[in-house]
Amino acid sequence: MAPRRIVIRNHSAEANLFARRTFIAFVGVLLLLLILFSNIYSLQVDSFEKYQTRSNSNRIKLLPVAPNRGLIYDRNGVILADNKPVYSLAVIPEEVDNLKANIEKISKLLDISADRQVKFFKAAKRKRRFKQIELQPRLSEQQVALFSVNQHKFPGIFVDARLKRYYPFSELTTHNLGYVARINRKDVKKLEQQGKSENYAATHGIGKLGIEKYYEEILHGTIGHQEVEINNQGRIIRTLNYTPPIQGKDLTLTLDIELQMIAKRALSGKRGAVVAMNPRTGGILAMYSNPSYDGNLFVHGISSKNYNKLLQSKDLPLINRSVQGYPPASTVKPFLALTGLEEQVITPSTKIWDPGWYQLEGLPNKYRDWKKWGHGWVDLTKAIEQSCNIYFFKLAFKLGITKISTMMERFGFGDYTGIDIHEESRAIMPSVAWKRERYNQPWYTGETLSVGIGQSYWTVTPLQLTQALTTLVNHGVRKVPHFLKATKKQGTDEDGNSQSTLEEVIYEEQAPLILKQKKHWELVLEAMHSTVQKFGATAYTPFKGAKYDASGKTGSAQVARIKQDEKYDAKTTQENKRDNAMFIAFAPFNNPEIVVAVAIENVAKGGGGTNAGPVARQIMDQYFGNRVITSSIDNSPGKFKTKTPQQHIHPSHIQESD
Amino acid sequence: MRGSGQEQQQIRNIWQKLHIDLPLLLGILSLMALGLFIVYSAGGQSMAIVYRQAIRLVVAIVVMLVIAQIPPLSYRKWAVPVFVLGLLMLVAVLLFGHVGKGAQRWLDLGFMKFQPSEIMKLIVPIMIAWFISQNNLPVKISTIVLAFILVLMPTLLIAKQPDLGTSLLIASSGVFVIFLAGASWKLIAVCVGLGSAFAPVLWMFLMKDYQRQRVMTFLNPEQDPLGSGYHIIQSKIAIGSGGVDGKGWLQGTQSQLEFLPERHTDFIFAVFSEEFGLIGVGVLLSVYLFIVMRGLWIAVNAQHAFTKLLAGSITLTFFVYVFVNIGMVSGILPVVGLPLPLVSYGGTSMVTLLAGFGMLMAISTHRRFHI
Repeated sequence: MAPRRIVIRNHSAEANLFARRTFIAFVGVLLLLLILFSNIYSLQVDSFEKYQTRSNSNRIKLLPVAPNRGLIYDRNGVILADNKPVYSLAVIPEEVDNLKANIEKISKLLDISADRQVKFFKAAKRKRRFKQIELQPRLSEQQVALFSVNQHKFPGIFVDARLKRYYPFSELTTHNLGYVARINRKDVKKLEQQGKSENYAATHGIGKLGIEKYYEEILHGTIGHQEVEINNQGRIIRTLNYTPPIQGKDLTLTLDIELQMIAKRALSGKRGAVVAMNPRTGGILAMYSNPSYDGNLFVHGISSKNYNKLLQSKDLPLINRSVQGYPPASTVKPFLALTGLEEQVITPSTKIWDPGWYQLEGLPNKYRDWKKWGHGWVDLTKAIEQSCNIYFFKLAFKLGITKISTMMERFGFGDYTGIDIHEESRAIMPSVAWKRERYNQPWYTGETLSVGIGQSYWTVTPLQLTQALTTLVNHGVRKVPHFLKATKKQGTDEDGNSQSTLEEVIYEEQAPLILKQKKHWELVLEAMHSTVQKFGATAYTPFKGAKYDASGKTGSAQVARIKQDEKYDAKTTQENKRDNAMFIAFAPFNNPEIVVAVAIENVAKGGGGTNAGPVARQIMDQYFGNRVITSSIDNSPGKFKTKTPQQHIHPSHIQESD
Repeated sequence: MRGSGQEQQQIRNIWQKLHIDLPLLLGILSLMALGLFIVYSAGGQSMAIVYRQAIRLVVAIVVMLVIAQIPPLSYRKWAVPVFVLGLLMLVAVLLFGHVGKGAQRWLDLGFMKFQPSEIMKLIVPIMIAWFISQNNLPVKISTIVLAFILVLMPTLLIAKQPDLGTSLLIASSGVFVIFLAGASWKLIAVCVGLGSAFAPVLWMFLMKDYQRQRVMTFLNPEQDPLGSGYHIIQSKIAIGSGGVDGKGWLQGTQSQLEFLPERHTDFIFAVFSEEFGLIGVGVLLSVYLFIVMRGLWIAVNAQHAFTKLLAGSITLTFFVYVFVNIGMVSGILPVVGLPLPLVSYGGTSMVTLLAGFGMLMAISTHRRFHI
């Protein structure tokens, strides 16, 4: 049907057409509204939980709250590692109007360097919004006070307090406690591997060394959380929930800080170490390595200048000498004597003739005694008292290296003592297998002779010496040296009162060293006793007049090689090639309470008795105080003067068989 | 009983004399009141923003009431000159218009900034309705082609600014007139077919990068959740987390904590849905449906083809506003910058919108004249 042109409008037809079209449009509107509504229905009903979760994760953030690190005390409750508030000036740039002008103003007020300001503006560009940025770390008290008075003038700028580790005794305790320092990338990686990074989310420092490192887990505590509502810019609107952190446990050490002070004083001006231990428990009473350094330097991040100074110092202050190997020299003679008795190559009454030298059959080399003209007839007790080298050359020759090293390993030489710091060295207990592995060379008999007087490749740490001496005085009962005495958990009881629970740490005993004949213990110990108590014996002088009944053994270790028949003179020898002085001691003789090992490097004059002995004496004097413990041995003065034993021996590693 | 009937008649006459369509007015006022509450909540609970909006609403209502006094058939006299003037102004905008928000929309007249596209929202339906109603219905193809050309001119000029939302509204207002005038279904089918064929051309050659980006974002907002997808994702989270009964007025975390962008303007529907839930959405949509029904009722009952077409177009265009805004905020349409009519915070478009309602009221109340 072709449309016809109609001049007269058909209004009702038009109205009908329009009404039909309007109705269709209306149906369309209803349809579209239905689509809108069903879509919103699916969002608000079907996917409600999904969007509710997403809405919550938008606005709710868990802020980690760092736990306070546990404190460290000495055995008497003296605080050794404290947490001190450190104040820094922090800025939230978004909350400061006219940032540049205000930063300049505050910098003028508090005398903040231009460098710091530049650093701040650099950081401000990088940081996320509403995060605080440090303008000045470690404010002085005057700066804090000055700012507090003017704070109202600087909205958005505030003092941020944070607890940082503080070691009140600084270098006195550094080698033992170690220190806490900023968590670095390596630490982060390690924490991730151990699955602990979540617990460290708010923590800034971590134990890097010593006890702080060893007991990191106990000291650190458990992270807390603050559940906050934030807006789209990350600004905190309010706190919804708070789970407080659980602070780390406090540690009480076996260490006696007063004894530690004495150790430091006794070693002042010397390079060396002293370890004092309770043989009944294995608890370390004092352990000091001189020179030391201030651990506090590392807490705030040590400057490279200061660090280089420590690194490059010839005295190596960073090294904990208590757990580094030294040639033990004559201090191990009692242990060797015990080995001889146990292996039945000698008896208590075995006597040898000491002409002042010893020569292996068919070899030209002469092994000399420290006493040029010899000691004459020498039995076991005299050999220890006088530290007779010839006796021990012969003994070592008879024993052979394998029997020696096997027995010495049972005393713990050449192995970790198990002390609760990680810096320990195993030192070296040489054996045939060891030499094969280390140098790919056979063992030579001449080396066995040197081992017989604690030289050659043999090194022991002062700590190993105390452990071995402990085994000796305990007649084979072995103890693990340790610092930790007890842990203390701070908490609140049901009434909300703070209370702490002390937990003594129990150390498992190691498998005892059992001898075929028990009396051998006594024999050797008595010899050590008379070494101190008998006038004229090598360790008599340092303990003269002591009010307690001490026993001990000296040692002087040759550091540099001495040529055949060359005479050693400390004065003409380079400082770092001079002899080391060693000393071990215990007291009282009956039921010992303390064992001490001393090592002093490159002494100018004399040996273990004159240099290291007095250090042990001072430690014990302090330990026993005014307690009088009488000697059980007759202490009659002899006719001859004591002389410090020194071993002038041949270079032991020169091969005789060549 | 008769007396009360007379009384009702008298009351009706009073509204008629004032040229006010009461049901329409009630629908508009209820949405405005609701809008003020949501603007308060979405605008950081600031009374200042509510006052500003209230003043705009009052101005817009006055404009509506003034326009309602003008007999609708008299619009026809002005249709052509105002349409031509409008086109010229759109050209002027493109040549030396004021740039704002990345688009050229304003003409700076010295004493005020003026957005010619707003005038076109009113003048295009008038123009097309006038053009078509000159001949008998149903509308003939030749008329439709001419009407299309008339619609296309302002549409393209506005799309060029670029202001996709407004050009969409203007195109729809013209198309609705043609549809209501009885364009044959065959033709409609052909147009739809051509339109879909044209879509790839539009995509390839005519759309700007940011517009293409919007479509891509619409198709997959999670692709860039912190960038282009952020608006729509946060909006959906707001709506979805509202649940059936909502989080309560002023309690919407998405809006109060400012995760939701454009809270008091284009995305105000998300704030509303979050705080009032599905129940609130049902009520809101019902009010819109009521206004649309009333508008269509006015159109059907109008006494002249011109006023029928005009009223129908105004009403359906209003619905397009609602549909596009809610569809975009709830993620079933790409983001097009259109406010939620009568609720969103904002000035110019509110005045235009109420001017349109003024015309509806005029059509509804001037029926006794000019038969």
